[in-house]
Amino acid sequence: MFYKTDSFQEKTGLLVTEKILSVIKSGVTRRHLLIGAGACAASALSARHIAAQPAGPVPLEHYQRVYFNGQEWAFIMAAVARLIPSDGRGPGAIEARVPVFIDRQMITPWARGEDWYHQAPFNYDAPHYTGYQGRYSPAEAYRIAIPAIDKWAQENYGNIFARLSAARQDAVLEQVQKDGVPIDELRSGDFFSFLWQNTKEGYFADPKYGGNYDMVAWVYIGFPGARASFLDWVDKDNVRYRLGPVSIDGQRA
Amino acid sequence: MAIQQKKKNVVIVGLGWTGSIVGLELAREGYDVLAIERGHDRNIVPNWSYPTTADELKYALRLEEMEKLSNTTVTIRRSLSDTALPYRQLGSFLIGTGVGGCGAHWNCQTWRAHPEEFHLRSYVEKTFGEQIIPEDMTIQDWGVSYNELEPYYDFFEKVAGVAGEAGNIKGHKTGEGNPFEAWRSNTYPMPGGGVTYHGKLFAQAAKSLGYHPFAFPAAIATQSYTNPYGMQMGPCNYCGYCERFGCLNYSKGSPQMCVLAAAKRHKNFQYITRSEVLRIEKSANGETVSGVTYIDPEGREIFQPADMVVLASFQMNNVRLLLHSALGQPYNPQTNEGVIGRNYAYQINVGSATAFFKDKNFNPFIGTGANCMALDDFATNRIDFAKEGFIGGVRIDCNQTNGQPNRSLPLPTGTPAWGAGWKQAIGDWYGRNLGLGLHGSCMSYRDAYLDLDPTYKDKYGRPLMRMTFNWHENDIKLAQFGSARQEEIVKALNPDSYNLRRMQDNEPYDATAYQTTHTVGGAIMGENPQNSALNRYLQHWDYHNLFVPGANAYPQNLEQNPTGTVGALTYWMVAAIKNNYLKNPRPLV
Ligand SMILES: Cc1cc2nc3c(=O)[nH]c(=O)nc-3n(C[C@H](O)[C@H](O)[C@H](O)COP(=O)(O)OP(=O)(O)OC[C@H]3O[C@@H](n4cnc5c(N)ncnc54)[C@H](O)[C@@H]3O)c2cc1C
Ligand code: SF4
Repeated sequence: MFYKTDSFQEKTGLLVTEKILSVIKSGVTRRHLLIGAGACAASALSARHIAAQPAGPVPLEHYQRVYFNGQEWAFIMAAVARLIPSDGRGPGAIEARVPVFIDRQMITPWARGEDWYHQAPFNYDAPHYTGYQGRYSPAEAYRIAIPAIDKWAQENYGNIFARLSAARQDAVLEQVQKDGVPIDELRSGDFFSFLWQNTKEGYFADPKYGGNYDMVAWVYIGFPGARASFLDWVDKDNVRYRLGPVSIDGQRA
Repeated sequence: MAIQQKKKNVVIVGLGWTGSIVGLELAREGYDVLAIERGHDRNIVPNWSYPTTADELKYALRLEEMEKLSNTTVTIRRSLSDTALPYRQLGSFLIGTGVGGCGAHWNCQTWRAHPEEFHLRSYVEKTFGEQIIPEDMTIQDWGVSYNELEPYYDFFEKVAGVAGEAGNIKGHKTGEGNPFEAWRSNTYPMPGGGVTYHGKLFAQAAKSLGYHPFAFPAAIATQSYTNPYGMQMGPCNYCGYCERFGCLNYSKGSPQMCVLAAAKRHKNFQYITRSEVLRIEKSANGETVSGVTYIDPEGREIFQPADMVVLASFQMNNVRLLLHSALGQPYNPQTNEGVIGRNYAYQINVGSATAFFKDKNFNPFIGTGANCMALDDFATNRIDFAKEGFIGGVRIDCNQTNGQPNRSLPLPTGTPAWGAGWKQAIGDWYGRNLGLGLHGSCMSYRDAYLDLDPTYKDKYGRPLMRMTFNWHENDIKLAQFGSARQEEIVKALNPDSYNLRRMQDNEPYDATAYQTTHTVGGAIMGENPQNSALNRYLQHWDYHNLFVPGANAYPQNLEQNPTGTVGALTYWMVAAIKNNYLKNPRPLV
């Protein structure tokens, strides 16, 4: 299951019918649904309204991956759902389709380490004041780290990461973050840094990169995206900007 | 065997601010000028048009406009006994590439130095006594004075299109702007623009404490404007995609817009791109250079002969090319001899205060590179160094540059780093805070210098340049002094809570988090060839037809941002070349 319905129910007081749930699962994750509380009127949630939405993107389960294998994908889906969970106010990483963003980033020059100085000798365990010193590019780091974390989770908690309870997943991520999981020639904290950086990027970057679906994260925090023209608001002290976001390809939310 | 080109009068290495100015000015005099730039050609159209330029990921995080370190980088260590490690990813400073250099995507904060900063050692010795200068501190006088540079500051401000309020016109205090600035012959070419809410609150709080806040001078147009070369700018719209971005709006003072568009009108000005200069060649006579060798886009080695070479490739690259070309004696920290690499310094920028307000809305995405209020009450020439225990000055400021969420989403101390608590906090606090920064001088030392690394190589197999640098007690005391002032101001703002990032005692230099690209020194100007690489006209002491403009010339760093002074020094150098050198090529000192 990738969408937590309980908090949605709690906040809106609405029963999530099977129909709505199937719409959500099919990927029509409109922001009205995601933000849940307050801002959206119950009427906006009628099945009729939802059915009227344009067809959404491919559900994450059926998304055609460009880099990750099945084990990696299961880890990414589970990990980002803990890093930015779906319950509570605001969209989670899953509704923002962060896994799609991360998968697509993996084939960019950045993730292949091509922008970096990448000559030996490497010294992954050296003090980090000149930055990450490992031999692995970010894409390679995901490839090496995920099986190592799953192995560690299996040994310590009896199952791979994606199949653990939320509380245990959090405990594993904390270990990863503080260099507590052994990975060959990679500090697990460095992997965590890539993962958290990419998760935030996928949440906040322009939707054209595959995440921040429907600008959900921008709507949540109140960032108007690519508007880039504010001369009329320079003098409006303490008055919230009036317009919602636009994306680079011209969508509005 | 390198291919040999036809000789040029002037060859310029790099086409950022300094290279563009030299190119236009010497082309106007009728000389045959060729500029060689390693990066791509870039212009507003097609590179920075709306809306594709409003892309945080591409420009601010993946750093599209910067040099790829796979080409070349530096290694860094903190002391002479450490082994340096490569700067593999861009962190505390960025490195520009492409036409316009860093001037294409800078913040545009355009400052002048205080007069005392140009003769800092003499000033300190005379005012406080030689004994307050630590033994290993190698600060020097520049060999040029503020009064000599003033007309060139004035002209650079007109060229770059600087907006701001003058504080001191020919000694008359105007009651506006920075009351502590040095005298200026004219007002800024454009009046200052407005600052958003954050700046007004900061100014109120600072005034309540008796300080003198003013809006930042910046090369950002506030009205329609034509510069002395006939180049046009239009008013900025506070797009919030400024630092690290090319301007989508013809408002940012940049080399391409303010200078190169004019240079291109001269047939005798030519430039080539995607061509990296590998070294400057010496002439057989031992007194001059003969030209440069570069790699063209097809990968061929080409020798370009020239009567005169101007090395304008940015501070760090200038020093690197001098080391690779063996032009001048490399600095040796053990003996304190040699000049190339000497007196590398950085900028004090560590120290911030962020104030959070539940009931205030700052619309943080309304910003420019310099949507900023500042105070200069703690200027270099206003601090009692003997009493405070450090040399230098510090500015306190409050800037709102952008609301890009990956970069600009500070959260109260104690907020979980990820998970449900983080998500809740970003909804609560985005746009509900303002931040105070500081910006201060940085002294030079015997053990802070640049040389060649013994281990790591660039893509051509040549040694990387090695930086040896750490903060010294003087720097840390200065930063802590600034943080204490920040805390007073932040308290006067009466926020719901505030975060303080204060430099710790003995805190070492960390090159991972962005601080500034105000790296200086390494090929410094001065009065004496024993302890400087360049004379007061930025002419190489040993090779008289080689000039090296840039912040490499600073014997120690200034309190304020470098480019106003880099621009002034470049025009000062150009005047010496035009009026004096070219008529009779020789050492000018
Ligand atoms: C993000 C950012 C913000 C900044 N904001 C400010 C600010 O607000 N205020 C301020 O005062 N300063 C600021 N600066 C610094 C400012 O941009 C520089 O001081 C200024 O651009 C220096 O001009 P320059 O001509 O020396 O170098 P650059 O403008 O960097 O130009 C150097 C050029 O030389 C080229 N080059 C290098 N090596 C070679 C080679 N071997 N062969 C051929 N070409 C070569 C480079 O590709 C580049 O185009 C900022 C810098 C950055 C990165
Ligand atoms: S903030 Fe103004 S000067 Fe800066 S990029 Fe935007 S429009 Fe140009």
